[in-house]
Amino acid sequence: MKPHTLSILVENRAGVLSRVTGLFSRRGFNIESLAVGTCEEPEMSRITIVCIGDDAQIEQVMKQLNKLIDVIKVSDLTDNERVERELAMIKVTADSGGSRSEIMQIAQIFRAQVVDMGTKTLVLQIAGNTKKIDALETLLRQYGVKELVRTGKIGMLRGSKTVKSGK
Amino acid sequence: MKTGAKLLIEGLQREGVETIFGYPGGVVLPIYDDLYDSPLRHILVRHEQAAAHAADGYARASGRVGVCLATSGPGACNLVTGIATAYMDSIPIVAITGQVPTSLLGNDAFQESDITGITMPVTKHNYLVKKAVDLPRIIQEAFYIAGTGRPGPVLIDIPKDVSTGTVEIEPARMETVLLRGYQPTYKGHQRQIDRAIELIMLAERPLIYAGGGVVLSNASGELVRLAEQLVVPVTTTLMGLGAFPGDHPLNLGMLGMHGTEYANFAVTECDLLIAIGVRFDDRVTGKLDTFAPHAKIIHIDIDPAEIGKNKQVDVPIVGDVQNILGEILHKLQKTGYYQNWLEKIKGWKKKHPLRYKDDGKLRPQYIIQQLSSLLEGEGIIVSEVGQNQMWTAQYFCFRKPRTWITSGGLGTMGYGLPASMGVHYARPDQPVFDIAGDGSIQMNIQEFGTIAQYQIPVKVAILNNQYLGMVRQWQELFYDRRYSFTELPPVDFVKIAGAYGIDGIKVESRDQVSSALKTALNTPGPFVLDFRIEREENVYPIVPPGAANNEMIGGNSS
Repeated sequence: MKPHTLSILVENRAGVLSRVTGLFSRRGFNIESLAVGTCEEPEMSRITIVCIGDDAQIEQVMKQLNKLIDVIKVSDLTDNERVERELAMIKVTADSGGSRSEIMQIAQIFRAQVVDMGTKTLVLQIAGNTKKIDALETLLRQYGVKELVRTGKIGMLRGSKTVKSGK
Repeated sequence: MKTGAKLLIEGLQREGVETIFGYPGGVVLPIYDDLYDSPLRHILVRHEQAAAHAADGYARASGRVGVCLATSGPGACNLVTGIATAYMDSIPIVAITGQVPTSLLGNDAFQESDITGITMPVTKHNYLVKKAVDLPRIIQEAFYIAGTGRPGPVLIDIPKDVSTGTVEIEPARMETVLLRGYQPTYKGHQRQIDRAIELIMLAERPLIYAGGGVVLSNASGELVRLAEQLVVPVTTTLMGLGAFPGDHPLNLGMLGMHGTEYANFAVTECDLLIAIGVRFDDRVTGKLDTFAPHAKIIHIDIDPAEIGKNKQVDVPIVGDVQNILGEILHKLQKTGYYQNWLEKIKGWKKKHPLRYKDDGKLRPQYIIQQLSSLLEGEGIIVSEVGQNQMWTAQYFCFRKPRTWITSGGLGTMGYGLPASMGVHYARPDQPVFDIAGDGSIQMNIQEFGTIAQYQIPVKVAILNNQYLGMVRQWQELFYDRRYSFTELPPVDFVKIAGAYGIDGIKVESRDQVSSALKTALNTPGPFVLDFRIEREENVYPIVPPGAANNEMIGGNSS
């Protein structure tokens, strides 16, 4: 059992996301994270789903996904050379001068950006892999994390290989 | 200029539809208005569930796509059980539902239900039509998706303003349907076929395990040729009955929970299992670890998701069963003759036949046997679900595919009567019997109204034991005879039939069976037979749930 990153190319139509996520829930698979957006083809969208399962379970879920008429292509990126990124925004309590500068130092080390500054809070934005975001969150917790939002992971194969249509 | 309703009717006609089963209501009024003077035959059912089952029965008996029509909200929701039934058995139907106007969608309008959302898990695909101009394409796609690949139900939800909306220029019909996300595999992989043939050549105790996929693929002829050329015995699933002739010397009947002992022994001892159009369902395999424990497995199926879903296999071949069997037959050279294996099976058949107590009482197995010999391979048998279904599966000799119509996967009580209406319109030349229980028949008994109105010549044979028999049997065997809510008070079904204007006979003794069946067969129009059978008769043998297939009980009761 390990996390798998699935890249799913779908028709950009109403209801497609619920077909995909509905399939996961009714076959008993948990979705760890999910990210959806338009892609290089105007009529398609790309979904990145991270889910945990053994090889047989992942194979079954991929086959079931392939049966959906609106799913064009499913790829498991997990065992390939790939780039994976996630974006997070973290709102941290920063009401004293001391903590404020400490937080900004941490942000610098993590290459996070300050995207909003209020009188009592800072909002940091960070992009990276899951572990990096987890690590930043852990460090910031001592100052008080008021809110945290993550996009879910997106992924792409390295090199010239792509996840394109043609099942 | 055409309305959406008109485009729908014309689209159905272009798909070759002749008969549809439906029930009118508010938002489908525009469609019904166009139906009024269209050449399509519309059968008015008494409950929308029956429309879905009738479309399903039509599809199973004909091999073509069945069609049902219902209004929004409750009408659409009533179709759901029928759609799920078709989905589980891979039956091609197109269900058309009305919907509230697009301006009201999502407003909890009167008779609004999100039927595309509700049916997402039980359809192969579904559509909510937003514009009348999309209708011709969607209808064409829906029939294509329903009837190709692994067949299944497709639902089209049509808001009222779409059916009343008009189209200036009608879109041209697509020459072929092209869906980039849907490209079923029909041709088997050559190397896999070669590997399968290698395994066949090496086998000493091969067995064919054939299912509904053989029927759906119209591959019975190929199956018979393969079995005869190899001289290999064949066991079928519930859905596969009729795919291989019941009276063929190589036939072992059904396997699994209520299979024959010899089929279950054979599957336990075989060293090669050739699985064709099957899905290793739990009612077939029993305890998975002990299913075909000594066998290499070849699995032929059109759905890649069925490969390795329940049981790991050695040689998967994805594609159309008929194609693949044809290829195997083409490539197959003479193989060894499995003399010892065939002798062993012959011994099991002789020692462990299906049997029941022959004591002059009115037992259901006897009724089925009598019907089987009366029809002599003619006719189409539909069943409800439960003991009636299993006795029919065991004791009726099915000789041809598409002559056995039953709800296998979902196990839908109340399926049989409405399905048999569809069967009649698909095969009006054939006598149709619905084998029912007193529990099941009461789940859709309102369809007596439909068979009476249209004089549909369905013969309903009710095996009446005043119990929900299969559940009672499990309570007897596994719950210490605590018959919790399974006893039904007696019902006079002949009287009910009479109220609808249908003739019927009550049969209380064994010596009346044969003549009663003949009367039913020879009476024009519908007929009801109320057989008062032994109340606590059980379906034997039975593999207890979770047990291995060779651990059957009740096999030697006589």
